[in-house]
Amino acid sequence: MTQPLVAIEGLSAISTRDGGAPVLRDVSLTLEKGEVRGLVGESGAGKSTIAKALLGILPSTVKVTGGFIRFEGRDLLAMPRRELSDIMGRDITLIPQDPQTALNPARRIEAQLTDGLRLKLGMGKGQAHERALQLLDEVQIRNPKRVLAAYPHELSGGMRQRILIASAFALNPKLVVADEPTTALDVTVQKEILRLIRRMQEAHGTAVIFVTHDLGVVAKICDRVTLLYAGKVIEDGATADMLTQPKHIYTSALIAAGPRYDRPNAGLEPVPEAVFRQLRAEIGIAERRV
Amino acid sequence: MTASDLLNRLFMAVLTLLGVAVIVFCLLRIVPGDPIAMMISPSATPADIAALRAHYGLDLGLPQQFGIWFMDVLKGNFGTSISQRRDVMELIGERLPATLELAFAALVFGVLAGGVIATLGTLARRTALDPALDFINGLFLAVPDFVWALALVLLLGVFWPVFPLSGRIDPTLSTYFHTDFYLIESLVTLKFAAFGDLIAHMIMPMLALGLPLAAIVVRTLKEALAEAMVQDYVLLARLKGMSPLRLVLQEALRNAVGPTLTLTGVQFTFMIGGTVIVERIFSYPGLGNMAIDAVINRDLPLIQGIVLTFGAIFILVNILVDLIAGWLNPRGAAHG
Repeated sequence: MTQPLVAIEGLSAISTRDGGAPVLRDVSLTLEKGEVRGLVGESGAGKSTIAKALLGILPSTVKVTGGFIRFEGRDLLAMPRRELSDIMGRDITLIPQDPQTALNPARRIEAQLTDGLRLKLGMGKGQAHERALQLLDEVQIRNPKRVLAAYPHELSGGMRQRILIASAFALNPKLVVADEPTTALDVTVQKEILRLIRRMQEAHGTAVIFVTHDLGVVAKICDRVTLLYAGKVIEDGATADMLTQPKHIYTSALIAAGPRYDRPNAGLEPVPEAVFRQLRAEIGIAERRV
Repeated sequence: MTASDLLNRLFMAVLTLLGVAVIVFCLLRIVPGDPIAMMISPSATPADIAALRAHYGLDLGLPQQFGIWFMDVLKGNFGTSISQRRDVMELIGERLPATLELAFAALVFGVLAGGVIATLGTLARRTALDPALDFINGLFLAVPDFVWALALVLLLGVFWPVFPLSGRIDPTLSTYFHTDFYLIESLVTLKFAAFGDLIAHMIMPMLALGLPLAAIVVRTLKEALAEAMVQDYVLLARLKGMSPLRLVLQEALRNAVGPTLTLTGVQFTFMIGGTVIVERIFSYPGLGNMAIDAVINRDLPLIQGIVLTFGAIFILVNILVDLIAGWLNPRGAAHG
């Protein structure tokens, strides 16, 4: 099939709270089946807005002013509510940022992990239980029976994130939106979780949109990267190319600003003000709004 | 709450009741008013009065009086009512069920009405209904129970007389009850005529006591629900296709109910205090109504007995609230 899984075309949006300030400026990007795409940018760059738009959960303060999001050729933004809720949670799922707040403290893991199976696939209790055990096994949780009976507070952060990953992949979705899923975790756990997402993604043939501000994370997991600044796509390309031969001065400045594990004493290079001046000139922003 | 916590609480409860006993006993003897003066005839001589005082032990020193009374209380004997010349325990035993039935009905009404309205308000977030609801609830919050009682008497008792104005049951019904829990007994024994009449009598005092509670429940619960509804786990459940009502009831409610539960416990104890005046207004034959008579008559043993009963209820309710809170919140239970 030639049709991409997701095609975002000329997507523009404004914030109604911020006096109509643009949050997305003519964003276009395509995502192929099974591709892992990094959405990178500083806070306010628009990466989370794109993720929320894909999930159909844009806050009421953000208004789309133009463009399309096509998922398998169908425009998500123009879709009736009912059809949209059929797709969400089944074809498109979410791995949230903070495993502390993404699991209901008052419900057992089994109930939360099987919600989607029961509501979207109509599985019975026993069948959902079996599937949940399989899923936990797949995300390498030992003792899955005990974990299913546990409440979230009895589990570690890494364990909870594994459960959320299992939950995101439970229905064999076509697209998983991962919203900075490792930011709230220890560095050592981060690595395992990245590897796990990559493995699950390959096993299920799922495309992943990986929202992050960390180029180091991108280098580990993403096939392609889209770099955003102030709601505009600055650079887009294969990860290896972009990290070794950045085309835009902002990209190279960001790479230089990242920590270098081979030279820990080199010190971090902040992105020079001149780069931001150039970015603003290109995009057409009068002053820097942070 | 673990078993040792519970034992600890019960031990504290006993200490608290002891404190209540001492304070009530002393206060009643400091405030002016003499029970003997209330019962003698104008022609009584000072000798008669002295004899009567000696008869009730009122001529003894304060510590001695307390010692006698307290030792009796420990044996389960609360003394004899001065004004009614009957055993205090017996009198309380007759009246307490009426008050418990009323207070419990008002509690159930307040929590249910408040819970339903808070849930509806949460479902109606970001619609015009939401601020309207908050506004009306603000008005309800400002009206205390006795004002409701008087308003209800006027509205549903006088202008539009749908409910009986006073009492607990129509005396012409001549139903015989084995216990003093009329409402429960009539339901269990399927005496529906009596049950309906009891309910009709109870509705107005129940509303007077329950409406302020409902308003507080709405406010607290709605706020907590709004906080819970924006949590990531609710968003995830919504993405998985959970219906809005289930999102509120299954995802948000259990995490939001904590503050409401604690507050309801506190409000329930206030409400039991409120029964005193509301029972009076509706001539409802409960403990609160009897308490006012006891105070008017300076019936020291009866007042002491009633206050200790109220104290015990307060403490029990608080322990119960903590037990329920621990059961509802698995985290709280794990950390004791």
